[in-house]
Amino acid sequence: MAGEFRGTDRYIATEELMAAVNAATVLSRPLLIKGEPGTGKTLLAAEIARSLSKPLYEWHIKSTTKAQQGLYEYDAVSRLRDSQLGDPRVKDIHNYIVKGTLWEAFDCDVQPVLLIDEIDKADIEFPNDLLRELDRMEFYVYETRETVRAKQRPVIIITSNNEKELPDAFLRRCFFHYIRFPDEATMTQIVDVHFPQLKRELLREALTTFFKIRETPGLKKKPTTSELLDWIKLLVAEDIPPEALRSDDTKKLIPPLYGALLKNEQDVHLFEQLLFLNRRNAR
Amino acid sequence: MLVKFFLLLKRAGVPVSITELLSLLEALKAGLGEVSAERFYYLARTCMVKDERHYDRFDQVFAAYFKGAQDLFALLERELPPDWLEKMAVRDLSDAEKAEIEALGGWDKLMETLRQRLEEQKERHQGGNKWIGTAGTSPFGAYGYNPEGVRIGQSGSRNRSAVKVWDKREFANLDDTVELGTRNIKLALRKLRRFARRGAPTELALSDTIDATARSGGWLDIKMVPERHNVIKVLLLLDVGGSMDDHVKTCEELFSAARSEFKHLEHFYFHNFTYEALWRNNKRRHNEHISTVEVMRTYASDYKLILVGDATMSPYEVTYAGGGVEHWNAEPGSVWLQRLMKAYPKFVWINPQPQARWRNSPSIEMIREMVEGRMYPLTLAGLDDAIDALS
Repeated sequence: MAGEFRGTDRYIATEELMAAVNAATVLSRPLLIKGEPGTGKTLLAAEIARSLSKPLYEWHIKSTTKAQQGLYEYDAVSRLRDSQLGDPRVKDIHNYIVKGTLWEAFDCDVQPVLLIDEIDKADIEFPNDLLRELDRMEFYVYETRETVRAKQRPVIIITSNNEKELPDAFLRRCFFHYIRFPDEATMTQIVDVHFPQLKRELLREALTTFFKIRETPGLKKKPTTSELLDWIKLLVAEDIPPEALRSDDTKKLIPPLYGALLKNEQDVHLFEQLLFLNRRNAR
Repeated sequence: MLVKFFLLLKRAGVPVSITELLSLLEALKAGLGEVSAERFYYLARTCMVKDERHYDRFDQVFAAYFKGAQDLFALLERELPPDWLEKMAVRDLSDAEKAEIEALGGWDKLMETLRQRLEEQKERHQGGNKWIGTAGTSPFGAYGYNPEGVRIGQSGSRNRSAVKVWDKREFANLDDTVELGTRNIKLALRKLRRFARRGAPTELALSDTIDATARSGGWLDIKMVPERHNVIKVLLLLDVGGSMDDHVKTCEELFSAARSEFKHLEHFYFHNFTYEALWRNNKRRHNEHISTVEVMRTYASDYKLILVGDATMSPYEVTYAGGGVEHWNAEPGSVWLQRLMKAYPKFVWINPQPQARWRNSPSIEMIREMVEGRMYPLTLAGLDDAIDALS
């Protein structure tokens, strides 16, 4: 066994996440990761690669991505043109097969980490087209009539934002883990990793404010870990004192630099209104 | 020992298959779950549950099974949301009983009766969750509306969220084959695709290229075409509020599926029936109207019109001027519907009410005749038929 994933110096992994990652690594099954945006889904693959010192391959999915593009593409146009120009390369079809990310990961001599990011963005049939590839870790190249097999079954991390339902057959082949939003203790750890020199007091105030904002009912987009980190970065850069964050004793209703936390004007408005009501009730 | 756990999971509605069980066993064999009970729990969850919606159910089964003390299903029963009972009551009672309730006049009294009834049922079926299944198939009006539109009791629209969660569960338990997830809806809507090439040329047109190359005496002459896009245009009118509250979930699914499937999708809301005005934003429905005439003028007749509504209302709302429940309508709704039908030759009415209940409601029958039979239930088969009628 190559070693266990236990998080890294930049990435705090909970016990459950570690269990899921290790299960996926040992049994070399793809691991499907879901969770609120900003909980570090995409980052996970990079951190696994770093901590286990494996090479990382990333395949970012867009709405126009086809499964075939991850395997290989046959560049017929170049070949046609080369044939006109009398290029000798034209005799060998291999020169015109462009490898996709999946093929490159399969070709890797040591076990790599492969990230398939935001699989739910693709067309609804996309996951179905990858069933055999993920299951057997092999695929067939029609143009050259050869089968490509993974030299080392890669650790595959797939992330999804739940925009589309994934087909059952696909889910059967994956392990699944849902990254929950971190609680305050975990959050403190996470911030610690990113800002080791942060003043305790500022951190406490920032976290209180942050969780208060998250609890505001009816927010369109709740701020997440990555937004909290951005905000703290700003607070540190602007040298805001911890007292300024206590909304109840300042005249200003909204925490400073709120733009990092609340990302649309309806939410800002809603939050303002609620604070205003709270303050009036407190009197 | 895990086989029993596996079967319990299945019974609790977590979609597990042999594959999941085998991979858990494989993982255990690899020594992954040995350190602590917690580790084992995480491992089992990672292997067996594929959707966070099932985490809770998994937790309950896990706790019950590995403690061995609690009977899981008894637990589930006790946790039934109380307002679900209310709904259940309304759904489960016969017409005679409804009259009786009205005579009794009290909801509390009814709840008491209902509890007794549930007790009885529990004993009869033994298995905790069986009677839940039977409730849904009850033939009587949705959540206690009688077909003419009179509401019994005061259950109103309160606390629907709790019920909805439950409804979801019931839906899956009852019949997996008719489950309408967004995925299924999308697949059904796909049939309505009409592809056309428009915009910037980005793809190689193979046959054109060969043709042009041959013409220029063998010199390569590359021809490009624009990518294919779905050009179908859809005008979606949705009934909201009132009796439609019960169908919110399915309608939301239909809507979100439609929105991701069609590039040209225009949607408007109406209440109960189409009159002279529609609105686009349901939150501001009382002050932001757009007149139906305006809609018909803006969107040409190549739009396909899809009306979604349960068509359950008092017949007066359809046929009489001034029959509308929310405002005074100068012309009867039927006139407006006919205008819409004329403006959009391709149209269907999709009705989320189960088809078996259509006969019980005079207004559904009436509207069905009015739309020349082009009313389809909101099921996969119904959608397929509707799409056929549209294309």
